[in-house]
Amino acid sequence: MSNVSKIEKQAALIREISGVNPYKCMKCGKCSATCPAFDEMDIKPHQFVSYVQEGNIAALAESKSLWKCLSCFACVERCPRDVKPAKLIDAARQIVEREKGGDYLMADEIPTLLDPELPQQLLVSAFRRYRR
Amino acid sequence: MQRIGVFVCHCGSNIAATVDVKKVVEMAAREPGVVHAEDYQYMCSEAGQAKIAAAIAEKKLTGIVVCSCSPRMHEATFRKCAERAGLNPYMVEIANIREHCSWIHKNMEEATEKAVILARAAIAKVNLNAPLKPGESRVTKRALVIGGGIAGIQSALDIADAGYEVDIVEKTPSIGGRMAQLDKTFPTLDCSACILTPKMVEAAAHEKINIYTYSEVEKISGFVGDFTVDIRKKARSIDANKCTGCGACQEKCPSKKSLSEFNRGLNTRSAIYTPFAQAIPNVPVIDREACIKFKTGKCGICSKVCAAGAVDYEQKDEIFTEKYGAIVVATGFDTIKLDKYDEYAYNQSKDVITSLELERVMNAAGPTKGHLERLSDGKHPEHIVFVQCVGSRCSDERGKPYCSKICCMYTAKHAMLIRDKYPDVKVTVFYIDVRTPGKNFDEFYRRAVEEYGVNYIKGQVGKVAPQPDGSLLVQASDLLDNKQIKMKADMVVLATAIEPDPSVRPLATMLTASIDTNNFLTEAHPKLRPVESPTAGIFLSGVCQGPKDIPETVAQAGAAAVKAIGLLAKDKLTTNPCTAKADELLCNGCSTCANVCPYGAISYEVKLINDHGVREDRRIAVVNNALCQGCGACTVACPSGAMDLQGFSNRQIIAEVDAICR
Repeated sequence: MSNVSKIEKQAALIREISGVNPYKCMKCGKCSATCPAFDEMDIKPHQFVSYVQEGNIAALAESKSLWKCLSCFACVERCPRDVKPAKLIDAARQIVEREKGGDYLMADEIPTLLDPELPQQLLVSAFRRYRR
Repeated sequence: MQRIGVFVCHCGSNIAATVDVKKVVEMAAREPGVVHAEDYQYMCSEAGQAKIAAAIAEKKLTGIVVCSCSPRMHEATFRKCAERAGLNPYMVEIANIREHCSWIHKNMEEATEKAVILARAAIAKVNLNAPLKPGESRVTKRALVIGGGIAGIQSALDIADAGYEVDIVEKTPSIGGRMAQLDKTFPTLDCSACILTPKMVEAAAHEKINIYTYSEVEKISGFVGDFTVDIRKKARSIDANKCTGCGACQEKCPSKKSLSEFNRGLNTRSAIYTPFAQAIPNVPVIDREACIKFKTGKCGICSKVCAAGAVDYEQKDEIFTEKYGAIVVATGFDTIKLDKYDEYAYNQSKDVITSLELERVMNAAGPTKGHLERLSDGKHPEHIVFVQCVGSRCSDERGKPYCSKICCMYTAKHAMLIRDKYPDVKVTVFYIDVRTPGKNFDEFYRRAVEEYGVNYIKGQVGKVAPQPDGSLLVQASDLLDNKQIKMKADMVVLATAIEPDPSVRPLATMLTASIDTNNFLTEAHPKLRPVESPTAGIFLSGVCQGPKDIPETVAQAGAAAVKAIGLLAKDKLTTNPCTAKADELLCNGCSTCANVCPYGAISYEVKLINDHGVREDRRIAVVNNALCQGCGACTVACPSGAMDLQGFSNRQIIAEVDAICR
């Protein structure tokens, strides 16, 4: 798959998963004004929209913001244009997870991770979720 | 048999680029009744019309079909052209091969086929057309203006100055409207009252203007030139002829806890009140829900102190009926409710106010006598934050999708006035875009920034949180600096979206005037007929048509007045001859048509009918041609097929359908 078509596909996927049309954004910045995790983020919530518009998904995937978003949905609640940056972030997160390809967890690692306090379901679900 | 001419327009490349006009001409020429067919680049031009006129004369045409743009665009043009050439104008049919064809198709072959079919349908119709003659209706030389704000006042003054009687109906106790509530006006900083109150006085003193305040339109019937309107004069509980406006009653009234509508609920008024000192008329009303006399039967102090004996607790609502030739709607606006915007803490803190409330705070006659102070504790603010676009430009259900248009300018005005009067107060404005199209508008905004040191930050406010110390924590973004800002403010002013006054909705229903999804009244044409409603005889003035500032409102009010004057100046109006007609032999007098008629145009009479030799008295439907608008509802409702619309008869419609399906 060529790089361009992959980017296009990913950008389309983000739109599909989130159900958001990023072109509705009027760049008011209310999402970033509202975000409680703003200081922790490298790419700010309002910037997410233009990253998706431009198809710069790779940068999003590598960003800290992806994992700093609290999913509090304050931006979703207050966005006047129905763009909902948290939904975009959530979609990007899902894409990263699906793209991993390999396991998060190798069977060999289990002995070192074993902890009597740890519920076994957690390990099982880790396998099930990320194994491709 | 008709002798039909077909004229196919290229409309430059609008039609010709997608439709093979030569082919349309060729195909149309083969249709029954067609004796002439030609094409031309611009049929509506003088040369094009000359071609039509020449063909009518040379080929002795009895009907013509013009294949061109929408009939809304040029049907009238071609009808006039035919009339000048000696043809009955109702023998003209338009085949819309632009909006319905060339503009919406890309494939030339398909578009050409469709254009041919549309032409065929129009030809089939003309074959059955009969000459029609429009009737006449009278014009009542009197105008009604609904709404007594600056828009209504200006329209009324202009119509009255042209010599026609005008009635203004205003629902509140005084004329003046929103403009009366403003302190100063942009971009000149004129005091609003100084420029408005003389106009109010002029309207009140004008011999051709009657002002009905505390009154509402109850019912409207009739049609352009001849409207009949019921107006309810709500009981003021004061005899306006006796009242001297001394104000003693208001001073002595013991019920003083009602929120003042004029001051946007920021302070209170007495139960007997005039909205503001310069009110016109200067006659108070009694708010019967607040009045102790009306609630308990005891009190009556106002009556005792009134030296003129003007207080009348027994007064009742009065409904009177008047006839009008034209109606100007000038119902204005209100700010939206902010209940759904919890993040701005409007309902939590007294120090978060709307811009219209700030106007009252800044006004010498307002709740703080013009002193800028926090409404919670009366303290002088050190920092004021303005938030733009609150509820405007929202595609969610909380706000309005449109730009309210006036907020950028009044916020610059407020910021400038505050910095001018209180240089110690810091002013920050959060904006998304600063929109200042208008004469001297951008210069005004720049002055606020450059000369008055107002701090404009691009970004929206996300949250306003009242703090234990009484201050407000404002959390916002600074998009140019890519930062999130947290700052303390003493007051927050919200540039709240405006919406049409809620009274416009039921009024539009009464007027059968169309209204858009935002409750703004629709224009007959957004560019070419911006002050007329599609409903004839209804004119639009001010914000009821769309957001606008005072200069625009005054300009539009004048334009609406001119259109109304143009109507009132006529002695007779020609009526549309495409009205319904009942076939006396088929009608069985069942009343179905009268029940569906939205204009009350159908009545019944008993008439002696000769039905193939059988003579008997029958009840049959009769259409009043002056009232009938030709909507056709009766023709589809009629169970016996007796009702037919002239110019759009059932036979003609079926012939069109047959031609399309052939």
